Amino acid sequence: MALLEIENLKAGYGRIEVLHGISLRLEAHTLCAIVGANGAGKTTLLLALSRLIPIREGRVTFDGRDITRASSHSVVRAGLVQVPEGRRMLASMSVEENLQVAGEAAHRGSAGSGVTEMYERFPILGTRRSLAAGSLSGGEQQMLAFARALMARPKALLLDEPSMGLAPKLVETVFEIIAQERARGTSILLVEQNARKALALADYAYVLERGTISLEGKGSELLGREEITAAYLGEITGPSSR
Amino acid sequence: MLVQQLANGVFLGAVYALFAIGYTLIFGVLDILNLAHAAIFMLAAFVALSLAGLGVPLVLAFALALVVAGLLGVLLDRVAFAPLRRRNAGTLVPLISSIGAAIIMQGVARGIWGPDEQRFPANALSTAEIHIGSLTVGALDVVILAIALVLMGVLSYVLRSTALGRSIRAVAADRVAAALLGVDIERTIALTFFIASALGGAAGILIGLQYNSVSLDMGARIELKGLAIIILGGMGSVTGAVIGAFLLGAVETLSVAYISSSYRDAIAFGVMFLILVLRPTGLFGKRALRAA
Ligand SMILES: Nc1ncnc2c1ncn2[C@@H]1O[C@H](COP(=O)(O)OP(=O)(O)OP(=O)(O)O)[C@@H](O)[C@H]1O
Ligand SMILES: [Mg+2]
Repeated sequence: MALLEIENLKAGYGRIEVLHGISLRLEAHTLCAIVGANGAGKTTLLLALSRLIPIREGRVTFDGRDITRASSHSVVRAGLVQVPEGRRMLASMSVEENLQVAGEAAHRGSAGSGVTEMYERFPILGTRRSLAAGSLSGGEQQMLAFARALMARPKALLLDEPSMGLAPKLVETVFEIIAQERARGTSILLVEQNARKALALADYAYVLERGTISLEGKGSELLGREEITAAYLGEITGPSSR
Repeated sequence: MLVQQLANGVFLGAVYALFAIGYTLIFGVLDILNLAHAAIFMLAAFVALSLAGLGVPLVLAFALALVVAGLLGVLLDRVAFAPLRRRNAGTLVPLISSIGAAIIMQGVARGIWGPDEQRFPANALSTAEIHIGSLTVGALDVVILAIALVLMGVLSYVLRSTALGRSIRAVAADRVAAALLGVDIERTIALTFFIASALGGAAGILIGLQYNSVSLDMGARIELKGLAIIILGGMGSVTGAVIGAFLLGAVETLSVAYISSSYRDAIAFGVMFLILVLRPTGLFGKRALRAA
């Protein structure tokens, strides 16, 4: 059984159904990429998995447990943690408080040694510890967003466009962090605009198109497919990958 | 004379602050005004008075009534706010449902305690006075002030330096981000209601003691002041609410002393109006709770 299994998931907002029956598997210790155009429903899928929007139909199991109706905090405590789109800093709280809140919430109590571990892993955060998170640069905020999620000691990470809006050098750093985290054994579901990089790193990948999975396969396979190169890698409009 | 009036203003302001902080906390976390806050303020005073009437020592009666007020707040959230929250009902509908809750609590209070003003048992309150130079203050006022300041100090410590405080500020800053970090949102909201309502209840008991009078309309009399204070302080800012409260207390006592007691509220609200014309966002923004 896969670590995360999604069967025929339907979800949306109000009367609008955005996801029309998604099935997807994330195997333990692997990285799975989801690519798709703007508005395809990638963020909606991650929000449903983190239990922030209702799942109308279908079933989600994580680590052998049915989480289709679970609460958002119990999902985090089970080890499924999201780094949200746009980073969502607790802007007026300090870097350290952002980490503390995360650790305390995930472990119901003290943040323990997690905070110092994160400073060792991301030294820049240590030097910024008492600054308001909102005052950090984009790259620093993304690191804090990662560190905050890692405070929960996740089994699986849901990453929603972690390289969005970052300078090329920082994009490299972000992908390095992702690769490191996978090497440590964390499973990763990665949503990326930067499809080429994501597919290159992915064990397996899905293409999400208007709320349904239109294509799936090994990352390297999809990278070679013509329709993918045309639609998501910008080969026709130019070499940039947004 | 001036010093005496300012001292009186401080006694009044401290209790106003305690009351107004309750609005601020809930507004900070939920973006809604809890218009049942004043009803809990009143109920807590009645509960403390009844306990004192049964012979419970005043300190214990005070503590028990605080817990009752806090639990009433949690119940209020469950009944009047949580169901609407689940349906994403916005901010106006909860406002109306909190008015409904206030009317129900008012009715329950009338049913239990009757329509008349009530007083604490004759021997329960100290009438001692303390003289400092030309200044005369009641020992009771000093105790009330001390209790109010201690409660505000505890609140400030909790918000700034405890896991609970951090989770409250996280929910106030960004509920979605907090949820994604694993903060139990509903539990945090419930605890916020407990704290806010216990503080509001404390204010009710302390005002009841200060004037030795507990009545059904005591909530209505302070409600607008509390709302004015939090608007003045900047919605959602605890520091702003405290400063706004002391300002209102001072303006009220000074206008009674130097102008006329019949213009007290008119002058107090006039001053607030002027400040808001100059600073429409209030003294502090909502960010202050988040930064605390
Ligand atoms: N809060 C919301 N209320 C209503 N509709 C929404 C909401 N959020 C997203 N949608 C709609 O749902 C659809 C999917 O949006 P979603 O954000 O999941 O796309 P996405 O694949 O993450 O896109 P992007 O690449 O731009 O991040 C879009 O049509 C969007 O307009
Ligand atoms: Mg998105």
